[in-house]
Amino acid sequence: MKDFDRRQLLQGATLSGGGLALNALLPAWARSATPGLAPSLPTLAGPNIDLTVSRAHLSLDGRAGHAVTVNGTVPGPLLRLKEGQKVRLSIRNDLAEDTSIHWHGMLVPFQFDGVPGVSFPGIKPGQTFVYEFPIIQSGTYWYHSHSGMQEQEGQYGPIVIDPAGDDPVGYDREHVVVLSDFSFTHPHTIFARLKQQSGVFNFQQETAGSLLAGKDQTLPERTEWARMRMDPTDISDVTGAAFKFLVNGHGPRDNWTGLFQPGERVRLRFINAASQTVFNVRIPGLKLTVVAADGQPVRPVEVDEVQIGNAETYDVIVRPTEDRAFTLVAEAVDRSGLARATLAPRAGMSAAVPPLRERPLATLKDMGMDMSSMSMGGMKMDGMAMDGMAEPGMAPPKARGSDVMGDMGGMKMSMRDARNAPGVRMGPGVQTIAPMPKDRTGEPGQGLESVGHRVLVYKDLVALTADPDPRTPTRMMDIHLTGNMERFMWGFDGEKFSETTRPYTFGKGERVRVNLINDTMMTHPIHLHGHFFELVHGPKGFGPRKHTVVVAPGGKVTFDFTAAPGDWAFHCHMLYHMHAGMFQVFSVRPVDGAAT
Amino acid sequence: MNRLALIALAPLAFAEPAFAQAMDPSMPGMTMPAAKPPAKPGTPSPLGVLPGVQAPAAPSAPAAPAMADMPGMKGMAAPATPKPAPAEAAPAEPEIPQTPSPPPAQDHAADRDYDPAAMGAARAQLRQEHGGATLSMLMANLAEYQAGAGGGYRWDGEGRIGGDIDRFVVKSEGSGTGRGGLDAAEVQGLFSRAVTPYFDLQAGVRQDVAPYARTYATVGFEGLAPYWFDLSGALFLSTRGELLARVESTYDLRLTQRLILQPRVELNFAAQDTTETRTGSGLSNAELGLRLRYEITREFAPYIGVSWDRKLGRTADYARARGDDVGGAVLVTGIRGFF
Repeated sequence: MKDFDRRQLLQGATLSGGGLALNALLPAWARSATPGLAPSLPTLAGPNIDLTVSRAHLSLDGRAGHAVTVNGTVPGPLLRLKEGQKVRLSIRNDLAEDTSIHWHGMLVPFQFDGVPGVSFPGIKPGQTFVYEFPIIQSGTYWYHSHSGMQEQEGQYGPIVIDPAGDDPVGYDREHVVVLSDFSFTHPHTIFARLKQQSGVFNFQQETAGSLLAGKDQTLPERTEWARMRMDPTDISDVTGAAFKFLVNGHGPRDNWTGLFQPGERVRLRFINAASQTVFNVRIPGLKLTVVAADGQPVRPVEVDEVQIGNAETYDVIVRPTEDRAFTLVAEAVDRSGLARATLAPRAGMSAAVPPLRERPLATLKDMGMDMSSMSMGGMKMDGMAMDGMAEPGMAPPKARGSDVMGDMGGMKMSMRDARNAPGVRMGPGVQTIAPMPKDRTGEPGQGLESVGHRVLVYKDLVALTADPDPRTPTRMMDIHLTGNMERFMWGFDGEKFSETTRPYTFGKGERVRVNLINDTMMTHPIHLHGHFFELVHGPKGFGPRKHTVVVAPGGKVTFDFTAAPGDWAFHCHMLYHMHAGMFQVFSVRPVDGAAT
Repeated sequence: MNRLALIALAPLAFAEPAFAQAMDPSMPGMTMPAAKPPAKPGTPSPLGVLPGVQAPAAPSAPAAPAMADMPGMKGMAAPATPKPAPAEAAPAEPEIPQTPSPPPAQDHAADRDYDPAAMGAARAQLRQEHGGATLSMLMANLAEYQAGAGGGYRWDGEGRIGGDIDRFVVKSEGSGTGRGGLDAAEVQGLFSRAVTPYFDLQAGVRQDVAPYARTYATVGFEGLAPYWFDLSGALFLSTRGELLARVESTYDLRLTQRLILQPRVELNFAAQDTTETRTGSGLSNAELGLRLRYEITREFAPYIGVSWDRKLGRTADYARARGDDVGGAVLVTGIRGFF
């Protein structure tokens, strides 16, 4: 054990997890009652940055745990870089196992992308690996391990890159808000439990009790869903039963506090570094003006709540004018718990924490069986048309009992018809094929349809600047997101990565349109390394450019991207889905101008 | 400087080169414009079609002071209303064909920069860690004390190890009394293969230890039936040519999040009369159980219940002829658990 570990342990023991001890375990930017990011803070910047990955203790809400840390803390230090600079990052591995760091969302040469087995061999125990690349972008990003399940154990941290010129976003103060989930149970145990019994962490299932109380699904709905062996409460695989949800390494009781002066424009750089949790973020009393998504500036959109998928980042401007505290709530999508923090003019203040809202139930739409989008009397009702009826988040609550298929006007709908997905290998790992997958990027995320205020949808996002590649794609391909919730098997096109025989292949510089089709009833935040892809909605060239996109259950997302040379990881950013096989490689050739 | 409110300024020309660099400008013979010139004046901009915002002509910020005192950036934020469908503004896109992807490369990109042997080892580990895990489970569905004359015990459990598709499975069930020792005990060793999303096919050997030593070849299935019934069935062919069959099903009725009522049925059949084992043809034995468990954790749940376990038909006749008990209902208490 290293010296600083011992010191921290002693401090932790002496002060028994008090705020002071906790602060000592955190980098300055993540400490509670921080005035925010400022040049005076000891963040890591400049052309040479040294990071050490090691095991250390952490304290959450007074409870001690073991973590894999970067420079001894969870989250790791903030890397503050400048567009146009070159950076040399030396990573020393003090673990007894291999490690790695992936620079999430950053456009780096493939050999520095940090995925063992794809871009480099990994960093062996005791070894120091040097990453070196130019910084050719700006915005909010993050880094994390791509080895084993160290990301779940705490190996992640934020990156802020200042633009070379003027920032298109104006603000008086900024805070980084790293959302994450931490478990006192080892991730391998969590994974083993999910394989043994996939609903093992779900304590919000439908019960006979809820039926008698007239809650959740009605008996006809339950019967139909039971026949299909589909659990509508299967929203998150790992829940608050196993997780503590964190803001900047603080549990809800630790109450991380970011300071502001009333009237200031405060830029909150949200990063969802959680292994398996999608968060719904809101600050009751404040409007959230979204100004960047995945580090890329977008036209400002004012909303009340933002759903943030794993690995996504959103920059949000808030402008608290009152001299009081505001609670920042990041509710787990299945409402099994929340991360909580406070924005306040002074340390020690707090505001009411809203209670958890009722957990959502999956619907037929989440199985890609949405009747409402079928043509009715020749009139096609798609997402946009529906949006016209109610703004996202403000739809009237769904009528209880409406989630049965009935006889569908004599139409039979198969839940697993291979003809609906010609490219998919139909094995035991494919539980369902969405018969009618639908573009759901204009819809609120799961559970936000009727929250009574405006929530962000992808179709709100319009890039501030045009895509650097204006070409129309020359070809299009489908990638099906497939899985079996019962067996906890996940993959692409019916195959786990361990079963695949070939990667997805692209020509260098090729502009390709990709349709991600979610055949499962679970949400999958899909991440492509080393690229930004443009979501295909909105005016051509001005779709938001993202590195990670949430594909809603039964939904479809279309993006265009320009293939950069090298081998790139492509995977679901739900760590346990990825570990179960939802991983592939985008192989782009030639790597250089030589032989093809 | 940065502190000036520049929000929503759209210096189209400004961020362009940075993004363009991502496209590997050094690449020769490329068909795409690697460093696209900054957007020309007159380039259609989404800003034009969106209400309430004018794209400034230059990155310098004449509008900034005005914005600086705009509370909450009202007026700057796009109104949270559906935007005019941008697709209407854009010209119809040509059909994009679903032509095949290029053939797979014969190399691995990273082998150019790193030791290919080290990369090979890392690739093997990558596959293993992304879908190739070997996992195990030990599950005791029944491990109980049975009230009644002298008190008895009963177990029914399963262990498995392997991947998602192919596994090795061990099953065991049996019962006995404190005084009389084992009434029945058997163990099965099975190869199990997932054949559908919900069902596994299993084949192997069953060895009975009590009441009569017997060895069977077995083939069966195990899985999850519609309406959430756990269901398994098997055929057993003994080394002496006797054919037996078994069907088992359980259902978890969730009363609350942790209180679960589990009806269980197990039916045993024989194709023939076997005097030696006192088994009659037809339905030879049935167990109907109703157990109420409390899941302290999902993995550990004590239960109480009632079990009606009885020999039937000609098998019961054999038992009665010998003066043996044919069985009946007993109260049970035990532990259900897995790890």
